[in-house]
Amino acid sequence: MNALIQYALYLIILVALAIPLGSYIGKVMNNEPVFLSKILRPCEKGFYRILGIHEDEEMGWKKYAACSLAFFFISLFVLTLILKFQDLLPWNPQGMEGLSWHLAFNTASSFATNTNWQSYSGEVTLSNFSQAMGLTVQNFVSAGAGIAVLFALIRGFVRTKASAIGNFWVDLTRSVLYVMLPLSLVMSIALVGLGVPQSLGGNITVDLLEPLAVDAEGNVITGAEIDPEAGTVTLDGALVEDAQIITKQIVPLYPQASQVSPKQLGTNGGGILGNNSAHPLENPSPASNLLEMISLLLIPAALCFTFGRNIKDKRQGIAIFLAMFILLVIALGVIGASEQAGTPQLAQNGAVDIAAGEGNIGGNMEGKETRFGITTSSTWAAFTTAASNGSVNSMHDSYTPIGGMMTMLQMQLGEVIFGGVGCGLYGMIGFALLTVFIAGLMVGRTPEYLGKKIGPKEMRMAVLVCLATPIAILVGSGIATLLPSTIESLNNAGAHGFSEVLYAYSSAGGNNGSAFAGMNCNTPFLNCSLGLVMIFARLVPMVATLAIAGSMAQKKKVAASAGTLSTCNPMFVFLLILIVLIVGALSFFPALSLGPIAEFTQMIGIG
Amino acid sequence: MKQILIRATGMLAAMSVVCGLAYTLLVTGIGQVFFPWQANGSILEIDGKTYGSQLLGQPFADEGHLWGRIMTVDTSSFTDEDGQPVMYAWASNKSPAGEEMEELVAQRVEALRASNPAMADQPIPVDLVTCSGSGLDPEISPAAAAYQVPRIAAARGISEEEVQKIIDQYTTGRFLGIFGEPRVNVLQVNLALDGILKEG
Repeated sequence: MNALIQYALYLIILVALAIPLGSYIGKVMNNEPVFLSKILRPCEKGFYRILGIHEDEEMGWKKYAACSLAFFFISLFVLTLILKFQDLLPWNPQGMEGLSWHLAFNTASSFATNTNWQSYSGEVTLSNFSQAMGLTVQNFVSAGAGIAVLFALIRGFVRTKASAIGNFWVDLTRSVLYVMLPLSLVMSIALVGLGVPQSLGGNITVDLLEPLAVDAEGNVITGAEIDPEAGTVTLDGALVEDAQIITKQIVPLYPQASQVSPKQLGTNGGGILGNNSAHPLENPSPASNLLEMISLLLIPAALCFTFGRNIKDKRQGIAIFLAMFILLVIALGVIGASEQAGTPQLAQNGAVDIAAGEGNIGGNMEGKETRFGITTSSTWAAFTTAASNGSVNSMHDSYTPIGGMMTMLQMQLGEVIFGGVGCGLYGMIGFALLTVFIAGLMVGRTPEYLGKKIGPKEMRMAVLVCLATPIAILVGSGIATLLPSTIESLNNAGAHGFSEVLYAYSSAGGNNGSAFAGMNCNTPFLNCSLGLVMIFARLVPMVATLAIAGSMAQKKKVAASAGTLSTCNPMFVFLLILIVLIVGALSFFPALSLGPIAEFTQMIGIG
Repeated sequence: MKQILIRATGMLAAMSVVCGLAYTLLVTGIGQVFFPWQANGSILEIDGKTYGSQLLGQPFADEGHLWGRIMTVDTSSFTDEDGQPVMYAWASNKSPAGEEMEELVAQRVEALRASNPAMADQPIPVDLVTCSGSGLDPEISPAAAAYQVPRIAAARGISEEEVQKIIDQYTTGRFLGIFGEPRVNVLQVNLALDGILKEG
């Protein structure tokens, strides 16, 4: 019963906060006054003065795209250099070395594309400088760039016979200053209060209550007698040679809270620490988790309402929101049920209690934290793979076959179930165009969306938006599985091993960033190919969306007639869901049957 | 094109100053002033000695101590100032439906039954035989703690009620009675059992 209440409340809180935020972001987009304008407007103007930006300058779609691409590539270049040469930069109390060129490239593409795939673990790889001046900055601006492109698309629908769709620099600045920064600031301070560290001093070591003995290979010697005074380890009365006594534990400290907030809010997902928000020092309690988990989907959900508000037809925004929400609830239900059911391998014929009960969590607790249990972990998993966030509070590699498959499928559907900030919604609008086109063909009418006729040019672009992700995933994982070296990176054998590869490319192609983290992706081939997949899947839909925006802005509005297909009734919501599922299912069913579905049949003993 | 590139560089520089430098320093300043204990890792310090972080799990094997989640211990990634290895842990990332997991869990069940003879006919709470998401989960479920009460009481020669009382003291309920799960902080229970952490 508690589980159902938790699921329901998480969804209710999300929607209750998304609606007012959506209207706030709508005002920011149109430069209408908001309650923060008094403080932020002067800062914003200062920004433009220093950078020589003319606020009133309007751009055509090509210039808008050129600016966003220039900003992306400069970010990629600078971040690669920061990571490669972090040993020469200040703020490195951990004494970290520079990254290899391929890891630096992979990480830079990952953060600049709003993916935040991590082939490394932060606490053994990155300095404070790389985290704060490199990654945190990208957490803000890559999210801001996504919102900016969405703003441009909305203007394309609103304007008639216009050649311009806004100013990229202004849209970027406003998204960051008015949306990302205030929310992150409040959330970071709350998170520190709840126990997330915020320190520039570097790691500290603390004493263990019970010393630990390890053998020469670093494996823990169980049942050993340890004499810390003499420094000797004995096992069953015999002295163990080469044993080492460990008396201390490391506490990794970074400016954690200030990166965790934008990582959640901007659908970035790249944690300071390797185990992300499963780590108690990144997400210490159910309270901090509530904050982090809601903020993960907050802006993508709010943007649906922004869309409706700013095209002056709220029902259109609600229709898109409902299509996304229904898909999310289905995924959440399947993941939650599958994880709570657990597996026969864990149950051991009843020797292990996997039934939920008073004080007992039950279910598949491998890779999950006690404080989150099954319910909160499953909700996060559904949220983070719906939004292209990719942060985790439990390890997806250790999900049940069906639970893990749903997380993968949400990414493979093109990250349009809310998706990344800005890019999820413009991806879904791509699918909406596809839907009206297909529906229009069926009834023999010219397809229209929001009063604009959809021509062949827009359709070509919409198809690019919809197919970029599947192409990137299938080509990438196809090549990777053909290479013998990939096998060495896997952490699990058989069908689950294939799932690890498929998940990696789904995550990169969906710009998600979560992982079946057992797979070691820090190899030159995997780093480079995943980096290229992320860049392709980010830039192709972005430029195609701006092209749609540009040609929509030029068109005149046609009045709705009896023959116009309504795009805000339940029928359209149903059709939209259907198109998303058909494209996803046709693309990925064969691959999924080799991975999670095969593993499931083995698990229940029919494979 | 050249002008766009210059502007993009300027924009990134300005954003780095605002979102990287100023924002990080502001949050650090506020955090260090108002929440110094949390901002520096929630370290349990009693009478001038540090006993670990309240938020990080530690390995326990002593019969008289409460045991936590299974840990994938790593002693090769970190060293202290003297170059001595220090302990950290990670997730297992093993599939819960695989043969490897089946064998591992079977071994863990056997070991737990051997050390908890009083509970031999009881099913073991699943969190005691699985590795957590961080590898450093500081907590276990109340059921997993209750399972260990007879062993701890016998090892220490105290009553089961006394052990359970200490466990109850360091048990936290759901947030607002709804969110997350009830759980027991293993390190705090053990510090209390050892008489290091005093009541209140």
